[in-house]
Amino acid sequence: MSQQNQPEMLSGGAMLVRALHDEGVEYVYGYPGGAVLHIYDALFQQNDVKHVLVRHEQAATHMADAYARASGKAGVVLVTSGPGATNAVTGIATAYMDSIPMVVICGQVMSHLIGDDAFQETDMMGISRPIVKHNMSVRNPADIPMMVKKAFYIAQSGRPGPVVLDIPKDMTIPSQKFPYEYPKEIKLRSYNPNAKGHPGQIKKALQTLLAAKKPVLYSGGGVILGRASEELTELARKLNLPVTNTLMGLGAYPASDAQFIGMLGMHGSYEANQAMHNADVIFAVGARFDDRVTNATKKFCPNATIIHIDIDPASISKTINAQVPIVGLVKPVLQEMLSQLDKLDGKLDQAALQQWWDQINQWREVHGGRYEQRADLLKPQAVIEAVHRHTQGDAYVTSDVGQHQMFAAQYYKFDKPNRWINSGGLGTMGFGLPAAMGVKLHYPDAEVVCVTGEGSIQMNIQELSTCKQYGLGVKIINLNNGYLGMVKQWQDMNYDSRYSSSYMDSLPDFVKLAEAYGHVGIRVTRPEELEPALERAFALKDRLVFLDIHIDPKEHVYPMQVPGGAMNEMFLSKTERT
Amino acid sequence: MRHIIAVLLENESGALARVVGLFAQRGYNIDSLTVAATEDPTLSRLTLVTRGDDQVIEQITKQLHKLIEVVKLVDLSESAHIERELMMVKVKASGDQREEVKRCADIFRGQIIDVSPTTYTIQVVGTSEKLEAFIEAMSNTQILEVVRTGVSGISRGEKALAL
Repeated sequence: MSQQNQPEMLSGGAMLVRALHDEGVEYVYGYPGGAVLHIYDALFQQNDVKHVLVRHEQAATHMADAYARASGKAGVVLVTSGPGATNAVTGIATAYMDSIPMVVICGQVMSHLIGDDAFQETDMMGISRPIVKHNMSVRNPADIPMMVKKAFYIAQSGRPGPVVLDIPKDMTIPSQKFPYEYPKEIKLRSYNPNAKGHPGQIKKALQTLLAAKKPVLYSGGGVILGRASEELTELARKLNLPVTNTLMGLGAYPASDAQFIGMLGMHGSYEANQAMHNADVIFAVGARFDDRVTNATKKFCPNATIIHIDIDPASISKTINAQVPIVGLVKPVLQEMLSQLDKLDGKLDQAALQQWWDQINQWREVHGGRYEQRADLLKPQAVIEAVHRHTQGDAYVTSDVGQHQMFAAQYYKFDKPNRWINSGGLGTMGFGLPAAMGVKLHYPDAEVVCVTGEGSIQMNIQELSTCKQYGLGVKIINLNNGYLGMVKQWQDMNYDSRYSSSYMDSLPDFVKLAEAYGHVGIRVTRPEELEPALERAFALKDRLVFLDIHIDPKEHVYPMQVPGGAMNEMFLSKTERT
Repeated sequence: MRHIIAVLLENESGALARVVGLFAQRGYNIDSLTVAATEDPTLSRLTLVTRGDDQVIEQITKQLHKLIEVVKLVDLSESAHIERELMMVKVKASGDQREEVKRCADIFRGQIIDVSPTTYTIQVVGTSEKLEAFIEAMSNTQILEVVRTGVSGISRGEKALAL
């Protein structure tokens, strides 16, 4: 054998970095520390994989997560052992709850010290176990390429999720070298995630849909993750289905289309929740009947036959029983549905569907996304609508958690998938800014807007410094009402307005704060100031602009489902309910 | 209802913790759990006894399947199967009692596996029900210690849980 065919000899740290490159990774987000110094040194000695230094490990995980949400590829995080790893936990759990592919590389103390309560030791395998799709600990440096391949394979296939790779420091010692070869593919006997869906079940689903008189298509994050929005849209149009998206599924079907009836669930549209409750067939695609969608499961959609497509069998009939379950990846299943549909004899009941649409349009009239207009106060809904106008509805919008998140979901009409980036499952405050950073880094020419509130933004405000270092010109829309708005709303509705710890006293001057970090800050306190401020902000292409927008502190998010009720039991304003 | 679930899983460190963690995390019951290597050193076999209605059991088997290290599993209670559990009971046995304890052990086809002047240690093998019946039958005897292995199970006939 010639010298050239010999595999290259690399240290564990160098193998790790090379494997990331071979996997197509461009950026790693992280923070160095003792246990990962060998890996950081290996990173320093090459230029293929770039490292982004955050200011707190949680932000690294959210950056990686948001990159994955926007691009579909796993984001990569690198943190040290102990506090580095525990700081990453919230971000890992965030990704886990929303099924986001992510590979988190955690340093660990030397193998011989594990279990000794060594400096910066923590049992990251144990801590992360309930919040990962899988985790692995490296026992032999020679295994690193295979384990990296396995980590990416597991993270990105089937129902995606985060994978933690725990690497003791002695696995990456520079002087200990091993032959490097990156596996082309990997097969696991215990894991076979590719499912096309049973053709018989697919036929049954189509027949059920063709016979439906009051169908609703309810699609979720699985359609976004599964890159199936084209197929979904085509099928919905062919079957003339009213379409509602979950919080995680927004953008899978164009919001500006007449067949879109809005988001469903706790803060879903009146028409979407009514349509669901009164439907005879519910066609659930890549959605999981989350409690924020169903309201009381016992009262959920009493007359509906449920068709449910999901790659995760455990999601099917978990909370709501499905009569036509289809286990499979959303995209191939929808493709099969489209191809079978062309061959089926059945015809849609157009007369019944027309009646159904008439009814839905009547419901639309009842609320239709209206809110109180005020000349003297800035309404958060109006701010979101203005942001939509200024970005031609084409921005990547990230959010934190609370009222602002719901306003963004309701009023920024997403026409494209992968544009709405929020922590739906875990509901992680502090997600928005690092998420915007992760998107902006990969799509520098795209407009990236972080819709946040004065509570959430302070949970990762230190990342303004990272933005400066990497020139990340995101636009921050801080809907500042001086309260933890959603907590306050619940206190208004359920606790006689006793604002227990929901008032934010001593807020910083966000304009000065932005300036202190080297960015542009603009304060907006009057409705007439909004347009010029947005104009200016979006004209500053490469700058981070922090818009501190003082909104009506009394506003609530409506509609809001009545707790413990059916889907169609809602408060429509402070004075009206169904 | 009581179910016996047999699981083949990769014989890797942490795999058992994942199974146990799943039950704790999702609030499922474990009556007993037993695990050991199989004839294939890369595989462990785990038998667990759990309780729940059909929906809970369905979720348990689905969630177990989702664990990357779970290779195969079967709910043995769904078809004809054999279950066995081994128990060792140490009882006070002196004087007249020695004969009575021995008779009772014989009835249950138990074996006395350790003897001291004042105690017997009896081994009983059978279904969990039989083991409980034995403890019941010994109610007049002073039980010093009971140790049970937990249930192991296997399908009847040609059906086999193997790769």
